[in-house]
Amino acid sequence: MNGDKILTVDRLTMRFGGIVAVQDLSFDAERKKITALIGPNGAGKTTVFNCITGFYKPSAGAIRLAHDDGRVIALERLNDFRIAKQAKVARTFQNIRLFPGMTALENLMVAQHNALMRASGFTLLGLVGAPGYRDAEKRAIDLATDWLRRVNLLDRADDAAGNFAYGDQRRLEIARAMCTEPALLCLDEPAAGLNARESAALSELLLSIRNELGTSILLIEHDMSVVMEISDHIVVMDHGVKIAEGTPREVRDDPKVIAAYLGADEEEAVAVMESGT
Amino acid sequence: MTAPSTNTAKPATGILALLKTAFINALVALVLFSLMVGIRTEAGSSGQLTYWTRFGELASLVAIVFGGSIVIELLRQWIGPTGAEKLVPPALQSGMSLIGRYLTPALLIFTLLVPVIFYDQRYILDLAILVLTYVMLGWGLNVVVGLAGLLDLGYVAFYAVGAYSYGLLATNFGWSFWICLPLAGILAAFWGVLLGFPVLRLRGDYLAIVTLAFGEIIRLVIINWQELTGGPNGVSGIPRPTFFGIPLDNSDEGFAARLGIEYSPTHRIVFLFYLILALALLTNWVTIRLRRLPIGRAWEALREDEVACRALGINTTTTKLTAFATGAMFGGFAGAFFATRQGFISPESFTFQESALVLAIVVLGGMGSQLGVALAALAMIGGFELFRGLETYRMLVFGMAMVLIMIWRPRGLIGHRAPTVFLTKAQAISSDLVKEGHG
Repeated sequence: MNGDKILTVDRLTMRFGGIVAVQDLSFDAERKKITALIGPNGAGKTTVFNCITGFYKPSAGAIRLAHDDGRVIALERLNDFRIAKQAKVARTFQNIRLFPGMTALENLMVAQHNALMRASGFTLLGLVGAPGYRDAEKRAIDLATDWLRRVNLLDRADDAAGNFAYGDQRRLEIARAMCTEPALLCLDEPAAGLNARESAALSELLLSIRNELGTSILLIEHDMSVVMEISDHIVVMDHGVKIAEGTPREVRDDPKVIAAYLGADEEEAVAVMESGT
Repeated sequence: MTAPSTNTAKPATGILALLKTAFINALVALVLFSLMVGIRTEAGSSGQLTYWTRFGELASLVAIVFGGSIVIELLRQWIGPTGAEKLVPPALQSGMSLIGRYLTPALLIFTLLVPVIFYDQRYILDLAILVLTYVMLGWGLNVVVGLAGLLDLGYVAFYAVGAYSYGLLATNFGWSFWICLPLAGILAAFWGVLLGFPVLRLRGDYLAIVTLAFGEIIRLVIINWQELTGGPNGVSGIPRPTFFGIPLDNSDEGFAARLGIEYSPTHRIVFLFYLILALALLTNWVTIRLRRLPIGRAWEALREDEVACRALGINTTTTKLTAFATGAMFGGFAGAFFATRQGFISPESFTFQESALVLAIVVLGGMGSQLGVALAALAMIGGFELFRGLETYRMLVFGMAMVLIMIWRPRGLIGHRAPTVFLTKAQAISSDLVKEGHG
């Protein structure tokens, strides 16, 4: 834990009325690494995610994002779309949120909205068909094509996203998030609902995003095979507080983690203990 | 009702289900009508209650409901969208696609030739101008409702702002139509943004109610601000449009005199026709361009999923505002045209009924479809005139036609969405996947 940090969460607290969903949570995510946030159901993982990505405003605490160029952005002060636009934090959703009536390519073009808006002179240049905008659009289509190829959906580029199989939708949503060219990619249970083969492909995709593009990834995941295989660092939460963190091996052997999972769900506890052995 | 496709697949069980539905409908009709029609009450000569029964009428009503529900269900299965693929023969299908390909250019050429073909028929020319005005309004509202998915029940407000902008600027300052036209659009867009700001947080039904109220507020302000707008008396003596400065009248400076042809009042009508056609086509062109630009894609994405838009860094506030402003601007243009055509405007022209009519055109046409909106405007305005011979039954027939169309094509006449960008082949997207927006 002494590497270059991209995300620093400091004493984050989130209260909903009288309920404390997250309490004094502090952790870091390293640059160009995969950090996983795990914990039993109801531990407050998604709440943390929503605080980081601006969907909730934290009750207390600080969330700092350090960009490659040295800029440090206080995420808790930005809201809503600005986190994605200015801080370059992209996210996916636990229940997939694609634009079902638009094609896969269109989904990826919408993700490049801000870059294309600038290129189209906030619509005015684009309306008259300025060559600068046409080039920008061509580049946007190239980027989208590239991502469709990476997630193995190139032959379905012109199909409506709503027609895709579940696993394909998951991959398309990751491709869409990556088309915003994020500094930090936040994935909320990317392996949920995938079969073993699809999970393996997902692990491969996430590793290639880290290794080839150097994008930092923060993910919530229940699928322990995925978490243990790809994570560089794991943070374990239970009842809104951090109970452990470390490398996959350290976390797996931590008695507090095992206890938390045993208390919550036997199957998951077994999965934690058995994974990797 | 949720899965009529299973009925078409198995006609044997379909008949039983059909009779069952019809029987239930007839039973409901019996319960409803037994008190409304079956027993008639009246105050007698000395104030006592007298009643008599009308079982004959009751029986015939129930029979009509029974038979009618069978007929409608059959028509649904034969013509409806669920069974269409199976029952339409391939020859007819290829013919339909051929028609689909050439429908737009054919319609456009026909529209361009309307003043030539119907030069002597003033009634048809007037009707065509009216239809085109509604086509333009429909296309304008389509940006807000069809693309951005924001239900706007007060669109007539922008039509009114445009009309009064031109009317007041022209009568008070003597400005020409061609200067006032962009101003009317800008003012309407400004009001669109003003409306947009407070309603941005609202969605669905709430948004619809507030926009409805906004439409009424504009109308009430026009009625009550007598010093400026003339109140219920309206604004009269609005100048007629000029052919880029040349008046279309029978003076020596007029259009006919300059060309050395005999003056005819039809010249002005033909000019108005081409003017509204040009304005409508401008609306269409801009909308088609906008759809392929990032802003248009953001509108459609907003209709599909607003939360996902925010997660992708799209400023949903400005995106909604631009949709409101763009739609309002076209409404304003149409309003200015309306004022110059009529020469007189009053608040009575801008009632809620107009908003409802334009919204009906957009919904009937298929939300987001340009061709669908044009066809729907033709059907709604032209069709309404077609039924004029039926007099009092006109509304009844018209309402029935609307209900039937909504049963057969619940997503409008043109029920699919064309993608705005493609890699290899543009495929139409079924309307089942396309969201209607949450407001």
